[in-house]
Amino acid sequence: MSAATTRKRIYKHRFFYLLAIPGLAYFALFHYVPMWGLLLSFQDYSPYLGFLKSPWVGLDHFERFFSNQDFVRLLINTLMLSFYGLIVYFPFTIALALLMNEVRWKLYRKLAQTVLYLPHFVSWVIIAGMTIIFFGPSGIVNQFLEQWFGRTVPFLMSNEWFRPMMVLQAIWKDAGWGTIIFMAALAGINPELYEAAKVDGAGRLRNIWHITLPGIKSTIVILALLRLGSSFDSNFLQIFLMSNNLNMEVSDVFDLYVYRVGLLQGNYSFAIAVGLFKSVASIILVLAANYAAKKLGEDGIF
Amino acid sequence: MLRRFSLFELFNSLFLLLLIALVVLPFGYIFAVSFSAPSESLAGTFYLIPKEWNTDAYKYLFSTSRFTGAIANTVFLTVVGTAVNMAVSITLAYAVSKKTLPGRNFMLMAIFFTMIFHSGLIPQYLLVKSLGLINTYGALILVGATNAFTIMVMKTFFQGLPESLDEAARIDGAGEVRILLRVVLPLSMPILATFSLFFMVGHWNEFFNAIIYLNDTSKWPVQPLLRQMVIIGSSNIASEGAMEQELEASLGPNVKMAAILVAMAPLVAIYPFLQKYFAKGALLGSVKE
Repeated sequence: MSAATTRKRIYKHRFFYLLAIPGLAYFALFHYVPMWGLLLSFQDYSPYLGFLKSPWVGLDHFERFFSNQDFVRLLINTLMLSFYGLIVYFPFTIALALLMNEVRWKLYRKLAQTVLYLPHFVSWVIIAGMTIIFFGPSGIVNQFLEQWFGRTVPFLMSNEWFRPMMVLQAIWKDAGWGTIIFMAALAGINPELYEAAKVDGAGRLRNIWHITLPGIKSTIVILALLRLGSSFDSNFLQIFLMSNNLNMEVSDVFDLYVYRVGLLQGNYSFAIAVGLFKSVASIILVLAANYAAKKLGEDGIF
Repeated sequence: MLRRFSLFELFNSLFLLLLIALVVLPFGYIFAVSFSAPSESLAGTFYLIPKEWNTDAYKYLFSTSRFTGAIANTVFLTVVGTAVNMAVSITLAYAVSKKTLPGRNFMLMAIFFTMIFHSGLIPQYLLVKSLGLINTYGALILVGATNAFTIMVMKTFFQGLPESLDEAARIDGAGEVRILLRVVLPLSMPILATFSLFFMVGHWNEFFNAIIYLNDTSKWPVQPLLRQMVIIGSSNIASEGAMEQELEASLGPNVKMAAILVAMAPLVAIYPFLQKYFAKGALLGSVKE
């Protein structure tokens, strides 16, 4: 295509380029420009000296980070929380979708859906607040336990209970919301399959095993892989609100560490290095997950 | 409904009822405590009906400029923020939905890339700082003005609209602006409703960006203030930057609960009406081309 034709095409589409300006400017400014900031992780950046005068230290921060004992702890904490999410929250959501799908009375199902979506619209601040109200040292649950069993449980102030509480919170808040995509997939299953199975005398369990689950297999696989791909990410807000000195050993994750070391302690370069490591690890995982999806015969995300 | 109910269906319905109760009861308790007299609310036992209905908590909350100010800030952020979100998202998504647009593939790749790679919290913070947006609502509105997921889903939706409608309108002499406003947007109501809701929820519940970018606590929207009241617990909102000489009440549980309810009420009131748009999950399925 010659330059003249291209120019003509561009002119023809001038309205659309104009429309696209705000959005493109946004992505350029808020997503691509900050990438220059990643260079600061190779420096010993000081805001006083600025970018041009701060000394370059190469991979120092990265070396320091990897050899730090914090690194292993952060890695375990982050991955364990993601893992818990994958093996508890994720299957629970699928099971919930299947159960809701089995409800024949439409009104009841709609009611259940509406109610179960509610916690999704409540902020994490409120969820954390409610968790403290109910599960705090002098909260309702502990008062009940004290009265009937004579002991209290440190739900929020111990290392052992932190991960279970995080998963329970996630389920309470988002399991209902999480069924949406599975309900949509379930609706896409050909009803004729169920009718044919009925003729063959198949019971409910058989239906689920042979028709329903295979019918939503693609959705399950893709979502599971996306989850795996984001294993290094954490629900920052949830952990930020529930983390305290007494559960720090298990609640400190990469995102929280970057916030603390970077924003609170002002150690910009080091924090950016940690963040960069996390972003690179994440992108590798996502690409691996995408590859795995394709290998399993599913469509990847790209 | 007089069909035979199998045992499974009975247990299933009961299980769902249990889940419903687990969602509703905690809020029921919060509701009850918020309408209780301070003395009763301190008892700390679970109840759903207060012995005496008492609106002191609400009266107190709405008498403090701190709380009402925070609500006002939140309303401002939600209205302006969502308007910006929709404007930026719709324009870009529509432009990029035109398959004949030169450079379109490059743009799509650039947008999609932001979904899998993030430069991180600190670079973003430094950028906001260098733009002079610290301590302004500009930071809250511009950061996250749109996102790749929204663009992708909207684009796919626009692409799915029949081209014949466009052409018919063009033949009738309509310009591109009119096509967008009179033909495309009205047909896009489900998508627009869904994303408006998503953005509104995001802004109304805004917390983290508010605490890192707003130094001045009087500029806070409601969630950071709520955290101060409910989680950090002991602060008395009337005494910080006191402008009102109200009851010297320190924050009893009834006030905290009232604050929680007020903070969540608008979203909870709205979402059931938009449920039919987002619950289909169709918009998620539309991401696959």
